[in-house]
Amino acid sequence: MEKYAVFVPKLVTKRENFAPGHRACLGCGEALAVRLACKALGQNVIIVSATGCMEVISTPLPYTSWRVAWIHTLFENTGAVASGIEAGLKVMTRKGERPAKEINVVVMAGDGGTSDIGLQALSGALERGHDFLYICLDNEAYMNTGIQRSSATPYGASTTTAPAGKISIGQVTWKKNVPAIVAAHDVPYVATACPSYPFDLMAKVARGAAIHGPAYVHILSVCPTGWRSAPDLTIRIGRLAVETGMFPLYEVEDGKYKLSIDLPRLRPVQDYLKLQGRFRHLSEETIEEIQNRVNKEYARLKEKVA
Amino acid sequence: MRAQRVGIEVSRAIAIAAKLANVDVVSAYPITPQTHIVEDIAELVANGELDAAYIPVESEHSAMSACLGASAVGARTFTATAGQGLELMHEVLYVASSMRLPVVMAVANRALSAPLSIWGDHSDVMAARDTGWIQIFAANGQETFDSVLCAFRIAEDQRVLLPAMVNLDGFHLTHMIEPIYIPEQSEVDKFLPPYQYPLPLDPDKPITMGAFASPYIYTETKKAQQVNLTAAKEVILQCWREFGDLFGRYYSPVEGYHCEKTKVLLLVMGSFSETAMSAIDTLRGEGKEVGLIKLRLWRPFPFDEIRRAVRDAEVLIVLDRALSFGGPGGPVCSEIRSALYNEDKKPKVIGFVGGLGGRDISPGGFKEIINRGIEISQTGSEQEFEMFGVRE
Repeated sequence: MEKYAVFVPKLVTKRENFAPGHRACLGCGEALAVRLACKALGQNVIIVSATGCMEVISTPLPYTSWRVAWIHTLFENTGAVASGIEAGLKVMTRKGERPAKEINVVVMAGDGGTSDIGLQALSGALERGHDFLYICLDNEAYMNTGIQRSSATPYGASTTTAPAGKISIGQVTWKKNVPAIVAAHDVPYVATACPSYPFDLMAKVARGAAIHGPAYVHILSVCPTGWRSAPDLTIRIGRLAVETGMFPLYEVEDGKYKLSIDLPRLRPVQDYLKLQGRFRHLSEETIEEIQNRVNKEYARLKEKVA
Repeated sequence: MRAQRVGIEVSRAIAIAAKLANVDVVSAYPITPQTHIVEDIAELVANGELDAAYIPVESEHSAMSACLGASAVGARTFTATAGQGLELMHEVLYVASSMRLPVVMAVANRALSAPLSIWGDHSDVMAARDTGWIQIFAANGQETFDSVLCAFRIAEDQRVLLPAMVNLDGFHLTHMIEPIYIPEQSEVDKFLPPYQYPLPLDPDKPITMGAFASPYIYTETKKAQQVNLTAAKEVILQCWREFGDLFGRYYSPVEGYHCEKTKVLLLVMGSFSETAMSAIDTLRGEGKEVGLIKLRLWRPFPFDEIRRAVRDAEVLIVLDRALSFGGPGGPVCSEIRSALYNEDKKPKVIGFVGGLGGRDISPGGFKEIINRGIEISQTGSEQEFEMFGVRE
């Protein structure tokens, strides 16, 4: 794809299925991820949304930003709602109650709706083998309710419920590895993506939707409001997350790991951390701790690839 | 299958009703005493007797959530639960009604923890009273079977489009073997047309379902829901009339037994009504002027029918199988009192709570309740309500 990088944008559809005019914050990486994913998914899709930023900013009654079939019910149940949709379509097709046309069923949920409250419903849907794609839009905290920590919040980040203080660095736990948990269900396709790499993201979403069986794409989405970063740095911060190894891009297809970008050398994590207010308080010692952890995790990922 | 009267467990009859309704999706999680219902449906699917998707979900929350999804794409959807399962579904129940998704559910009414009890009472469904579902109570196996068929027809009616639950007492009904008329498929097909959801999720006609509402519009959505559920009563009455014309069994929201011009009435719900009937017979044999009212339709609440039914009574004794702790007694009694409060002519309403956690009330017990109710109406009681049969 690199060879044709100049021409690729021209091949992407101009149609916006996630319409402009929604109410996301300036520089929202998540809205960008949704926009790109919608381009990759096309119109033959039913999207199941969890409660969260993307639902609230896009559907204030009586308006909607969705030009595709879309449903939101609750926060923690997207895996189950998608299961019902997929099973319903399948059985009605079999019984001749609807035309025999395959429809992609796609979940969009945040990191809270995925790694915390919705993990059980997700696990159930994966285990039962429904044919659907689950997209986790990970901005590393409960941003919709005001930047509360989730299990996807990275070590050392300051949030409103795990704030940095005189005796605390903020988040004292390491980010839950949901892609690994999903991969442990032996599903056909797992990938990580970031809107700073738009064509990679679109290719992975399209792949996940085309795969027969459960697929999962975990998208790191920069949140200027919650990360205390400049809105115009969203793309750069996303790139730094990848280049430092904080959020490596990879795919797991039928159990085989493949790095999407194989970095010969990682940039120091400090390059990524220093642009974000949520890490401003970190001591050199803590930053070194994070660096060591990233080195170790990246080496482990490389082992899986080999 | 030919129309026939068979001795069959009520749970199994519910599974057959779901099969005759040709459901598309059943999504359920096992919980006593609902298990026989879903086991039988799973078996019908496994044997190819029912062409449906059976989704063995990982919780009741997901059971109802999967029902939402299936119903939203236009699939006829059924589930069953009980007790704690209904509580775990709680928030999802509101979504089904608010989004106008006509899911049908059988609830094998069961007590709530703690202490753990798998046996019957109405604590589970009373906690789901305000979820916006159509709620019907069955007194016996035949009523249960008929109510499930009717529930599909009512819920899916284009004028209604609301979820409906059929309540049957856990064990006292679910595990009873009763003689039940099972109609032929062709008869059911005449009664229950195929499900046609007017606006399903469809990529060719994209819609947004389940949007976010600011204070500017939320109240209007709730008013619409209230009008809709209240108006569903007419459709329910019409459905029961047509069901009666086809199958010969007529139902109504409030059913009376010796209650015309009777001074003392007892009101119950669910399976207790049949036991209460024999107590009424005995008392009438002893020359006491007593009658029974059976409340079948709990939501939408049948205000007119209740007022008419108790018009001539002087004493109305209400037995609840659920307790509102620290409150005025059971929820049924509260609502009946409230429905009668502004009437010029109304009976004294005496509340009892009993039959909790599967404790049976025998005909003798009902006799005691009625006699004590009459006594309270004359002398009064120090308590807002009395709990029947407590060992103190």
